Amino acid sequence: MDYTEKVIDHFKNPRNVGELKDANAIGRVGSPSCGDKMEMYLKIEDGVIKDATFMTFGCAAAISSSSVATELLKGMTIEEAKNLTNQQVVMRLGGLPDEKIHCSVMVEEAVKAALEDYYKRKID
Amino acid sequence: MREVYLDYAATTPTEMRVAEKMNSTYSNSYGNPSSIHAIGRRAKGYVEEAREIIADYIGADAKEIYFTSGGTESDNWAIKGTAFALKDKGRHIITSCIEHHAILHSCEFLENFGFDITYLPVDEYGSVEISELKKAIREDTILISIMTANNEMGTIQPIKEIGEIAKKKSILFHSDAVQALGSVPVNVNEMNVDMLSLSGHKIYGPKGIGIMYIKKGVKLEPFMHGGAQEFRQRAGTHNVTDIIGFAEAVKMLKENDKKYAEHYKTIRDYLYSRIKNEIEYVKLNGHSEKRLPNNLNISIGFVEGEALLMSLDMEGICVSTGSACSSGSLKPSHVAEALKIDDEFIHGTTRFTVGRMTTIDDIDYTVEKLKEVVTRLRAMSPLYKDRRKN
Repeated sequence: MDYTEKVIDHFKNPRNVGELKDANAIGRVGSPSCGDKMEMYLKIEDGVIKDATFMTFGCAAAISSSSVATELLKGMTIEEAKNLTNQQVVMRLGGLPDEKIHCSVMVEEAVKAALEDYYKRKID
Repeated sequence: MREVYLDYAATTPTEMRVAEKMNSTYSNSYGNPSSIHAIGRRAKGYVEEAREIIADYIGADAKEIYFTSGGTESDNWAIKGTAFALKDKGRHIITSCIEHHAILHSCEFLENFGFDITYLPVDEYGSVEISELKKAIREDTILISIMTANNEMGTIQPIKEIGEIAKKKSILFHSDAVQALGSVPVNVNEMNVDMLSLSGHKIYGPKGIGIMYIKKGVKLEPFMHGGAQEFRQRAGTHNVTDIIGFAEAVKMLKENDKKYAEHYKTIRDYLYSRIKNEIEYVKLNGHSEKRLPNNLNISIGFVEGEALLMSLDMEGICVSTGSACSSGSLKPSHVAEALKIDDEFIHGTTRFTVGRMTTIDDIDYTVEKLKEVVTRLRAMSPLYKDRRKN
């Protein structure tokens, strides 16, 4: 697989791995049957993402996409996070092979799922 | 960095003895075997000698051996050549859903021309069931094609029995033995086959050379049209050097095949026992005994196959995976699907195939690195986390 150095770097040394104990927004997407499962944990305070972690079962592209997403998310406002696109993730990775673009789409979906979880918790 | 090659089912390194033999032929047998002059005749002599060596090893007559460009061409020829030769007799072909793509895609191609194909299912070990085959046979069945041993799972098929059934029903029987040759005995008489595909590069010979065995009396349509080579059945100037290399590789099998198979089994069993004892949640794919001695296919729970392959690659260890993520199609390998491997394990199928050059030390290095990699990937796997919580 032709991965960029950036992808390999994040795959080898993923940033922000693990559950976030005091997360108040959790997004879960994918399923083992698809070969990808991603969990995104966010700690949001005053409308700003203070911390972000992830756990991913998937290929090198899925792991590195999750890893760079947590880097991008830290310090973003909710509005900015809502507008985070898979393209930003791909750019940050210096590109992904065509057949792996869907991994970055999953990350975008995981972030959106986490934000939905955040609003849902607020209403509850 | 240290390199450990554990992908001998993908291809094998060319043996030095084979390479040397090939090298020596570039200078003295460059002639075209179809030429009538001395230099042409000399090259022809080498080709015919090679044909004899290969025929002898698989229990065939030299006239039943046709040189091709490899396993894929042989498979294509067997399927399409039979179909076009017997289309007026019948248009039904039986194969299995775990065949190599050279067979499956040839069959799919024929479906466009009005042929009807039955793709037999396999049991959980990857074995074709005789009862299913019997049920599938029809009046208009012209060909059965079942591989001798599967390339991914290593499962050895009941070829002899299938051949007996085909013979009784007067249906032609082809087997792709590309993966089996060199690991298990391959004898066309004992296997009851009418056609057999073999390849050079899986037996420490050169790439781009193969044969098709076609039993005397079986008439196929030629696949390559052109010159009169190969008894007018396969046109194209002989690939003399590779033919000589292929025969030399077969000679090495004749001398040492049992020793090789024992070596594979010893190393493979050691690899599996270490993995099984030292890593949790490992599942063996395929059959525990009816499998090629050099093949180990396992799923490592909660770890995705491509991530595992990439991580091992970074440590210099070469394996292969049936993971969806490595295929470009987002679907797991058709073989893993046919075995109905659980969702939990299907994306982690990993194939280790050992070879003549593999040492116990290579395996120790591999297992140590594998343990590190699995620990690292599981630490970020939400599936593993959930399992531990339950």
